[in-house]
Amino acid sequence: MSTIESTPSLHRSLGLTDAEFERISELLERAPNDFELAVFSLLWSEHCAYKHSRRLLAALPTTGERVLQGPGENAGVIDVGDGLAVALKVESHNHPSAVEPFQGAATGVGGILRDIFAMGARPIAILDSLRFGELDSERQRHLFARVVEGVGHYGNCVGVANVGGEVEFEPAYENNCLVNAMCVGVLPAGRLQSAGAAGSGNLLVLYGSKTGRDGIGGASVLASQGFEEGSEAKRPSVQIGDPFTGKKLIECTLELLDRGLIVSLQDLGAAGLASSTAEMASAGGVGLDVDLSAVPVREDGMEPFEIMISESQERMAAIVEPASWDAVAAVCRRWELDATVIGEVTETGRLRAFHSGELVGDIPVETLTERAPRYDVERERPARLVDAPSGAGEDPGTPPEAALRALLAAPGVASRRWVTRQYDQLVGAGTVVRPGGDAAVVRLTPSDRAIAVSLDGNGRRTWLDPRRGGMSAVCEAARNVACTGARPAAVTNCLNFANPEHAEVGYELAEAIGGMADACRALGLPVVSGNVSLYNEHGGRPIPPTPVVGVVGVLDHAGLAVRAAFREEGDVVLLAGAGASALDGSDYQKVVLGETAGRIPEPDLEAERALHAFLAEAAGRKLLRSAHDVGGGGLAVAVAESAMAGGIGVRVEEASDLFGEGDGRVVMSARRADVPALRKLSGPVPLKRIGTVGGGEIAVGPARIALAHAIDLYEGALPRIMEGGA
Amino acid sequence: MSVRVAVLAFPGSCDDRDALRAVELMGAEPVRVWHADSDLGGAAAVIVPGGFSYGDYLRPGALAALSPAMGAVREHAAAGGPVLGICNGFQVLTEARLLPGVLRPNAHLQFRFQDVGLRVQRESAWLPGTVAGDTLDIPVKHHDGCYFVTPGQLEELDAAGQVLLRYVRNPNGSVESIACVTNAAGNVAGLMPHPEHAVDPLLGSADGRILLQGLIDQAVAVEAVA
Repeated sequence: MSTIESTPSLHRSLGLTDAEFERISELLERAPNDFELAVFSLLWSEHCAYKHSRRLLAALPTTGERVLQGPGENAGVIDVGDGLAVALKVESHNHPSAVEPFQGAATGVGGILRDIFAMGARPIAILDSLRFGELDSERQRHLFARVVEGVGHYGNCVGVANVGGEVEFEPAYENNCLVNAMCVGVLPAGRLQSAGAAGSGNLLVLYGSKTGRDGIGGASVLASQGFEEGSEAKRPSVQIGDPFTGKKLIECTLELLDRGLIVSLQDLGAAGLASSTAEMASAGGVGLDVDLSAVPVREDGMEPFEIMISESQERMAAIVEPASWDAVAAVCRRWELDATVIGEVTETGRLRAFHSGELVGDIPVETLTERAPRYDVERERPARLVDAPSGAGEDPGTPPEAALRALLAAPGVASRRWVTRQYDQLVGAGTVVRPGGDAAVVRLTPSDRAIAVSLDGNGRRTWLDPRRGGMSAVCEAARNVACTGARPAAVTNCLNFANPEHAEVGYELAEAIGGMADACRALGLPVVSGNVSLYNEHGGRPIPPTPVVGVVGVLDHAGLAVRAAFREEGDVVLLAGAGASALDGSDYQKVVLGETAGRIPEPDLEAERALHAFLAEAAGRKLLRSAHDVGGGGLAVAVAESAMAGGIGVRVEEASDLFGEGDGRVVMSARRADVPALRKLSGPVPLKRIGTVGGGEIAVGPARIALAHAIDLYEGALPRIMEGGA
Repeated sequence: MSVRVAVLAFPGSCDDRDALRAVELMGAEPVRVWHADSDLGGAAAVIVPGGFSYGDYLRPGALAALSPAMGAVREHAAAGGPVLGICNGFQVLTEARLLPGVLRPNAHLQFRFQDVGLRVQRESAWLPGTVAGDTLDIPVKHHDGCYFVTPGQLEELDAAGQVLLRYVRNPNGSVESIACVTNAAGNVAGLMPHPEHAVDPLLGSADGRILLQGLIDQAVAVEAVA
């Protein structure tokens, strides 16, 4: 074994503290060599080890009747009935997207797809949650356009429908955009895959793309420390995506699984082979021997550590029984993908890496995973947080009509069609409800069952109250799903925060997770997967705490799906739920009053749960013509959106609170004759008749606007900003 | 016995599975034909499906046009068998010179997904039950769907009645809003819109069934003659 001891202080440039370096030496009972130190630095990074968040994440509920796989694997999996299961996960690709928006976003999609098919699922839906600075600069418009193009490029080329998501614009995201991608896949419930390596003597197979020097992240520092002085070593650390290979990888993997050729499966993502092999060995309680010189590489002269930590895209690792290897190789050949045996399962409990016959690293697996450091975060309540509402009422100086017009055309509220029309929404023959409403509904074709899926967050409101913001993100995503008639079933989350070593950020993180945990418990929603993205700040300016929540719900029959659009003249408009609302943190406060201040109301979780149950019951009995969440822009915008989606006007007389935002309210419409049955069904949920569908005008109390004008403002806003025209 | 319809599958095909399912919904028997195969598995009709065959490297459709499976399609078409190219399949058929014209990047240079209206230009075996002036609703989704032919070719196409469908509102800059053309013999047709995504009213439209029915009807007619 090469026993070059690590350069003193190298660990610091790799992001490890002195204490962590000492801990590594204690665990190994010797000093690590440079190769081992590189592996530790990545496996003990926040991204892989969740060292600042894991203790807080323990607050989240993770179990439930439907849960087949909770957190800890590549993705969570729930049973959705009829022998079908659904895998779901959301992940961030914030920093790569800030550096290179197209490739950063594209590989974000590629990565989340791999997490889903690593579970044995066929990916059927992508959602993207994006945050940028305000669109008033060329740079922000460029970032926005290129990220959308990157998300679309990968998803379109691999043939997975993009069915929803969200976009938010706030100055605080200017130098740290957020790009979160979620994927949902479907699998036979009995075919759940695991990453856990098993069976001493079984083969470790790497298949997919060749390994290059791209995406060698934190460790590029290593290269400048004397390993190699060539200019190649300074390559940009953003990964490059190849969706064509990604598509072949999906189909090849599903074929390998269909044929029962694989023992366990793991994608290669952050930290490449280092984390994949460590996770597979750890999950299986075994050891792995890896021969790095067997790895197909893109260029000569790659150092062992570079091969070990390269983040080259479109690669998978599988454990295969020796007897299956020929068949595995044949399937990979058919898909024109490299497949190579690069190691084997051992009983040593150690991750041992060899290169040209020489042992280059020897690390007990558990030291990389379970024994990685865990930290408690310091918490200090940020001074900006206040205990009381701002007291701001509706600005008497702005007529409600003008406010409604301004909101419909505001980038934060306006139609997202400019984004979603760049995505294939239909491939897979399942998209029953397309993006643009509350949640998308995707039929699990050929079954008649369907899932509803939504991805939501609200940085501005969470900034004003991290705990309530965390609760609200869960409530909103679940309510969006419930609006389609589906019963919310499981949560995946992506926690985008600033530097957790700052006590104020620690407070935000702890509070937001606590709020999410409360809401998930109250709504009976297990968190089955997720991702934490910390250190989102630039020049000392932190992003707002931004928990993003994906919810999947189950609908017994796709034909029962309810849409946001009003449908027929004469239908009755009702407001279900009476959740507290306020202008604090609202789009009205931002767009009309030009500020974000005060405190958002606390969601009533019991009322929220009752509302969701009522929606599912009413949809199941076909009593709803439409249902739409009251979200950004308040009641006035919600009513207008249902009218615009349906291409029909509406008159709402009962409207005292036009623009306030909060949880627990849904605008619905029903046939006049069905209103008594709805009332009977509503039980504890307040149900108030507020207006009637019809005409060519949107009238919400004093705010009135011609339908065609509203559509022009709403649909034309982003095209005008991005292209100077519709 | 129901007629067999081959759906080609290239590495990078995305809509092959939906096309297979649509064929089955129409009561025909779908057969998946792998790009490396050089026979069509006894199929009487062929769909060249959408997607990004061979990653669209070189030009969309350029590499797929040279595949063994396309050799079999060429023979099938020469013998009068019906062939329908959808989206990338349309690009493949133009690259293979089985259809006139080329498909350029969209005029706005963006990938565009949207429902489009398609105006029927004339009565045709491809569009059973429709007459000139009827409108079909079928979605498009593509980056390179801007159909181009020279003015001289355009005249020939019009004179020979090879234009079957025009966009009601041109989504991509196609010359004269052309959405669907056939070869001179009329047995090979291509279009950018996706009939296989429009077979179920629950998902938005079932107008795509008309084109698929046209394909199947022609296959039955050819088989009856043979």
